[in-house]
Amino acid sequence: MSNKREILIIDDEQVILDAVSKIAESEGFKVDTVLNAKEALLKIDQNNYSTILCDIMMPEMDGFQLLDKLNNEHKNIPVVMITGFSTVENAVNSLYKGAVDFIAKPFTFEEIISAIYRAIEYDKIQLKIESDKKGNKESSVIYVPCPPRYKRLGNISWMNLETQGTAVVGATDMFLRTLNNVKNIEMMETENIVVQGNSCAKFEAEDGLIHSCLAPIGGRIIERNEKLLTDPALLEKDPYFKGWIYRLIPSDIEYEMKYLIPCSSDRM
Amino acid sequence: MKSKDFISKIGLKLIVAVGIITIVIIGAFSYFSIQAQSDALLSQAEIQANKLSETIKNSTYSSMLQNKREEIHTIINAISQETSIREIRVLNKEGRIMFSSQNDLIGKMVDKQAESCYACHTADKPLERLPINERVRVYKIHPDSSRILGVINPIYNDESCWNSDCHAHPKEQKVLGVLDVKMDLTDVDRQISNSEFRFIIFAIIAIVALSFIIGFFVRRWIGKPVKELVTATNQVSSGNLNYTIKSLGKDELGILAMSFNNMTKKLAEARMQLFQSDKMASLGRLAAGVAHEINNPLTGVLTYSSFLLKRTKGNPEVQEDLQVIVRETKRSREIVKSLLDFARQSVPKKQHADINEIIEQAISVINNQLSLKHIKLEKNLDPNLPQVTVDTNQVQQVFINLIVNASDAIEKDGGIIKISSSSISLSSFGIAQIKRAVCPKRHDLMDNEIKIDGLPTIKVKMKSNGEEGFMNLDPVYGKHRHQFGIEINKGKSVQVSCPKCSTSLINEDKKCPECNSAIFSFEIPSQGMFEACTNPDCGWEKWAEEDDAGNKEFVEVKISDNGCGIEKEDLAKIFEPFYSTKGQTGTGLGLAVIWGIIDNHNGTINVDSEIGKGTTFKIRLPI
Repeated sequence: MSNKREILIIDDEQVILDAVSKIAESEGFKVDTVLNAKEALLKIDQNNYSTILCDIMMPEMDGFQLLDKLNNEHKNIPVVMITGFSTVENAVNSLYKGAVDFIAKPFTFEEIISAIYRAIEYDKIQLKIESDKKGNKESSVIYVPCPPRYKRLGNISWMNLETQGTAVVGATDMFLRTLNNVKNIEMMETENIVVQGNSCAKFEAEDGLIHSCLAPIGGRIIERNEKLLTDPALLEKDPYFKGWIYRLIPSDIEYEMKYLIPCSSDRM
Repeated sequence: MKSKDFISKIGLKLIVAVGIITIVIIGAFSYFSIQAQSDALLSQAEIQANKLSETIKNSTYSSMLQNKREEIHTIINAISQETSIREIRVLNKEGRIMFSSQNDLIGKMVDKQAESCYACHTADKPLERLPINERVRVYKIHPDSSRILGVINPIYNDESCWNSDCHAHPKEQKVLGVLDVKMDLTDVDRQISNSEFRFIIFAIIAIVALSFIIGFFVRRWIGKPVKELVTATNQVSSGNLNYTIKSLGKDELGILAMSFNNMTKKLAEARMQLFQSDKMASLGRLAAGVAHEINNPLTGVLTYSSFLLKRTKGNPEVQEDLQVIVRETKRSREIVKSLLDFARQSVPKKQHADINEIIEQAISVINNQLSLKHIKLEKNLDPNLPQVTVDTNQVQQVFINLIVNASDAIEKDGGIIKISSSSISLSSFGIAQIKRAVCPKRHDLMDNEIKIDGLPTIKVKMKSNGEEGFMNLDPVYGKHRHQFGIEINKGKSVQVSCPKCSTSLINEDKKCPECNSAIFSFEIPSQGMFEACTNPDCGWEKWAEEDDAGNKEFVEVKISDNGCGIEKEDLAKIFEPFYSTKGQTGTGLGLAVIWGIIDNHNGTINVDSEIGKGTTFKIRLPI
């Protein structure tokens, strides 16, 4: 089945390669591992990987450089960034540079496997779009891009500034499509502080996997969408309006905006 | 105790000075009063002698007229029995001694230059009339004999003389002879020397008494406080900055002691900030490195254990143990994450912000918590605060942490937390620090190896006397703690150039306004030029941009509580990482993080605390 897809894991630590490949293989994926980014580039040229898991801090060539290189060569392979140096900057920078996800070391089995599944799904969606384009088919609605005045953090979450200075945040349709029907949502309480690039909500999918939604901006939660708790399907039905997650007071909007991608660019 | 301690050196100097003054005053006083006394005694003796002389003249008058020489002899001898009278004699006009109380002298001639004669015989022609005050003379026969007062009384010719029967004196003769009375002044001299002796005794007693009084008070008012100050400076110089001088009163030394205490307190704070700065920087690097390294093995543990947990669902015994491993590894993950958070504050994302707004936001976050604990919050915010450039998140975190700490310190009801903000202005002297410096060819002049007071210095090449070496300039504007690699000649200018490209830094167009030597200058990127005199003794420096900025403005925020307070021993350590008094509930990073944040904003944070009364944190942020 589709689970025969191949994953490339890049890390300069053997134990990470062993652990991640064991997990991925247990789920039926084919796994390839390399210890540095240069070799990885060679392998990427030769093989057709569905997903790449890549460490950021590596000798010689780091994860960001690899990401840039892949972008320049228009290799449309979803990359999940992994790092032991899990700073906010690393997280948002990864997503800004086109990574589909960001996982901080150390991670659990569940965390890495859900990320792999999302990345695989993302790849499938991309392939479908491409094949639709090639076949000149009237592209069926595969996913809904976010409204033009919104801004998004990678392909994971969106935010919309309101006139009174507050901001509404939610998950993008693309993110929701990569998980298998949300059946449960775990949200933070109001008055809590969320940090950009850190997990702000957990979605439990029907397959039992738990997916973390990374916050597009940081700030203090002043309101949360209580309806989602009783009706998680609302999230997928109307991800950009009725399916909002939090309303918050941004803490440092000017700085954090730099790492957000305007949704208006998606339609060009 | 040695006598050196007993009378301190100031005391000794004061005693010598006062002693000299006393001697001069008493000396002058004694001189004049002894002089007056001796004049009075002498004139008394003169009067007495004159009277005596007249008496003799009168009592011998009739005998002389009748030429009864024996009678005259008897009278003179009788009168001269008086002890104070040394000799009575009568001389005739030629100078022959006609009568004398000393019989062996009778008939002898007297030299007209002798003491008794020169009053009249100094001029060529002898005087015929002698004024009464010139009849007296005081002289000594030998230098060591007692003084003698002599009174001459001329015997004038008289009608009865030339009319008498005997007789020999012609009418034309004006002066017939001289009656000379010599009186011994031993008594008078003894009286004078007696009073001299009394004055000397008085002077000695006065000086000794004054010395003791001065010595006592100097010891009490100067010696003791100075000793206490010396002990304090020794303590401070040996590193004990917690030493305080107990109150020394309100005089100048008391004020000195107070400002000394104030200085050591400020010094301790500055040293703490510096220590902390260094420690934080290295700890930050360490934490980042450790976090990265530890996360890899932790990933191994966490992935395998969580994987096993999934695969052994049917085995509850193993599951339980595995859950512990997963849980504890996750806990390690959180600890490492807090370490990383701590290390990461190095780059604040700064923007213009209103401190009051940040305070209000911080309060709104924790207000619920405070009202649950029945803690009253008193705000005293200055509405006219200037904007500051800060990382709002970080600064808000600082306020939240400090308020939470304050509420933790309050154990009983009736707790009050006070928050105030104000703007203050501090002089930039000795504060402004040169952080970057480049030569005209853009070579970096900063030197991280040689530090002055913990700060990197500016390194330039210098040439003096044909020798070449390096000079490290004090990065703090106006402090002049430069270090010279080679010996410098007093008052002589040095050549200054870039240590990398040897481009001269001398500015030919300008002269030092203070000593007219050449000046050198270098650029402080985006902060103008720094100029200084090439003469090391002059010390003229100018950083125009900094001068124009004038006093440094700060926003000061105080957060105080009336809680349990902090022990003095703990106070010095609270900003250290991993120092916690909260036991299991804290990581001990809170205040260290706060400190790091404020330091990254070039601000300062101080704490004052008193057990049982409360704690005040004072934060200053530059505008």
